[in-house]
Amino acid sequence: MNRLVLNKVVLTLSTISALIGIGFLFWILITLSYKGIASIQLSTFTNDLVEGGIRNLLVGQFTMALMATFIAVPLGVLAGIYLREYGENSRMTSIIRSLSDVMTSAPSIVIGVFVFALMVEPFGTYNGWAGVVALAIMMVPIIIGTTDNMLALVPKELREAGIALGGSKKQVIMQIVLKAAKVGVTTGILLSFARIIGETAPLLFTSANNQFFSMDLTDQFPSLTVSIYNLATYPDEASRELAWAASFILTAIVLFINLVGRYVTRHKQ
Amino acid sequence: MEKQDLKAVMDVKDLFFTYPGAPEPTLKKNNLTIYKNKITALIGPSGCGKSTLLRAMNRIHDLYPGAQYEGKIDLLNPETDKMENLLDLQKEDELIGLRQRVGMIFQKPTPFPMSIYDNVAYGLKLSGLKNKSELDGRVEKALKDAAIWKEAKDRLKESALGLSGGQQQRLCIARSVALKPEILLFDEPTSALDPISTGAIEELITELKKDITVAIVTHNMQQASRLSDYTTFMYLGDIIEFDETEKIFVNPSVKLTEEYITGRFG
Amino acid sequence: MSGNLFRNLSFFSATLSLFILVGIFAVLFSYAQQSLHEFGFDFLFIEEWEAGEDDEGGIFGGYIPIIGTLLSTLIAMVIATPLAMGIAIFLTEIAHSKIVKPFSIAIELLAAIPSIIYGMWGLFYFAPIVQSTVGGNGVGLLTAGIVLAIMVIPFMAAITRDSMNTTPDVLKESAYAMGATKFEVIKDVVMPYAKGGIIGSIILSLGRALGETMAVAFLIGSVMSIPKGITDPTTSIPVLLANNFAEAQDLEISSMYYLALILFVVSFAIISVAKFYFLGRKK
Repeated sequence: MNRLVLNKVVLTLSTISALIGIGFLFWILITLSYKGIASIQLSTFTNDLVEGGIRNLLVGQFTMALMATFIAVPLGVLAGIYLREYGENSRMTSIIRSLSDVMTSAPSIVIGVFVFALMVEPFGTYNGWAGVVALAIMMVPIIIGTTDNMLALVPKELREAGIALGGSKKQVIMQIVLKAAKVGVTTGILLSFARIIGETAPLLFTSANNQFFSMDLTDQFPSLTVSIYNLATYPDEASRELAWAASFILTAIVLFINLVGRYVTRHKQ
Repeated sequence: MEKQDLKAVMDVKDLFFTYPGAPEPTLKKNNLTIYKNKITALIGPSGCGKSTLLRAMNRIHDLYPGAQYEGKIDLLNPETDKMENLLDLQKEDELIGLRQRVGMIFQKPTPFPMSIYDNVAYGLKLSGLKNKSELDGRVEKALKDAAIWKEAKDRLKESALGLSGGQQQRLCIARSVALKPEILLFDEPTSALDPISTGAIEELITELKKDITVAIVTHNMQQASRLSDYTTFMYLGDIIEFDETEKIFVNPSVKLTEEYITGRFG
Repeated sequence: MSGNLFRNLSFFSATLSLFILVGIFAVLFSYAQQSLHEFGFDFLFIEEWEAGEDDEGGIFGGYIPIIGTLLSTLIAMVIATPLAMGIAIFLTEIAHSKIVKPFSIAIELLAAIPSIIYGMWGLFYFAPIVQSTVGGNGVGLLTAGIVLAIMVIPFMAAITRDSMNTTPDVLKESAYAMGATKFEVIKDVVMPYAKGGIIGSIILSLGRALGETMAVAFLIGSVMSIPKGITDPTTSIPVLLANNFAEAQDLEISSMYYLALILFVVSFAIISVAKFYFLGRKK
């Protein structure tokens, strides 16, 4: 009956692992909420960093993330369409597909260094556009992957039916196939947005940070994540508190977008 | 059967077809004539090539590059009354034109993710029809011809995905019929449906042949003998026998046909 | 828009990711030239990182950041792997179907938390605990390794779970029908069947952990010294870049590009191996 004991032990350990995992989640979320909510005041939202608030940082982070999305979505979706609808299983298609997949796990700090060399050094100043490009570079492979996979789920009969009615390939792709995959593709975009809005490393030496409210992407640009990094290392209590407030708000935003994305696809299933 | 009212609208001549990457042709020297306003059935055991042959008739194989055709498929041009080889068509707009004349209904109902109205109007809009009242008229007629107007008329703007399987299939038929094709190809249209829906569709097809020529692939022999005027029996890529349905089922000329009909294989 | 134009635009977009990849490699390689010429392969073993007099020249070696990266990642993998496997087993074989969904969501949320948040939490909550239980300064190799493990676990668990779920039910049922215990079915049927995916998930997580920056930056101590004990502070390649890249010039920044190149190539290689040999391409 040693087998039964061993079985029990392993299953118990596995359950404990799961509880540990959940435990960490709750530990982090609870401490974050506790510290974060305690540090939030009205001025947190109305003031800019220079005055102890995060208004300009929220606006800045969102602005860069949105601009990155505007760049990455057309590129990523079109690329995904090419791979799945025109690619025809050629070698080139497999290579691009695989490389894009690998890029989704590439170290984000290296991308920051790359964009620095390309867009900061030649212009002599940190600038918001460099941050936007760095974020876009991270988003594109993710969107390519999700678009590719979602289009693959569309049954081939739907394409055939469209062609059988006299649709051109482009019409069938845009009006039928993409429409059928609409929910999945949109969720992929949403989730990639949630991923990059929380990124810090690609922004450190591209858009850097800005204490003041600014919408000028040609100069240093305010960032919520970079600010948290800086604030956490300052010795004074006020900075520490602001870092917690910012962390809480950032996490709330990211988790909210994630939950929305999952909720939408759950209904699709 | 009176021979005078027989007019050939499609003539398959010595057709060979090879799938991309296949070592051998799936269709071997197929010869077949489709007659106007008649229902022609293609029957045979799994893998005999009946769907492959049907799908060559609207060149839908071309979706998957690398397919090879040999021989001819002549299609009657109603304006010039001459036969033109549809295998010669190369350009995308020529193929689009072909498919507007030779429509196809699939085994699995394929409603597009849009409203019922938009589904039926889809092919019409593709062909350039923009006038709203004309579209409305064509959509209504198509839905009536497909015997689904009553069920659909109060739900035109609702998603087509809310219809039942049998209704969806009739919607697909309406969609194709809206284009006023000369020939409609049915690829096992009822095998995914329940018996009642199957009956409704069979009735519909019989009605449709008044205006449209029909070719239907079916693995259900009873269906073939109920519906069709002409039957083609295929086996392993060859056309074994092609004749009037009555003859095939009552007194086939080829032994293999007889064995299939009487259930000795397949 | 014509069909051809559309197709060409799509093709261009698809090749763009190829260009970016090649571009990254090219840029890193060219900016690392100065350091490459100066130090060559010895760079990997030089322990100093010092500017020269008057900011001219200097000796910059990658040994310490490389060691720090490897050790912190190793600690993380040692801790994360059994836990992630445990969670995957729990999700696929133990949990009731009603629990699976919320648990899976929880795991995915854990994965979605930004790296910098792990850093914040780790620094102010976790580091003091490590300090009081094991000693040291709180920030150091061990703390960084543990928090890195927490970050990697959800990712590894998710991929392992997906791999395990591909095991056909009939296979498992046949084993149960012979009187095997759950653990035996997992050990003898599921694990071997999902072997490729499981190993792939481990290697992939390793590749990701190597490049992790922000959490490690908060917790590893950012000190250019070789850690003698497990709680000693040190640095890693991403941390060195995060902290010092902005102010560096000349040979120093070129050495940083050198480090970035090493990190990029190694991560890329490890991730590619994971994807191609073990995870296969899901069509």
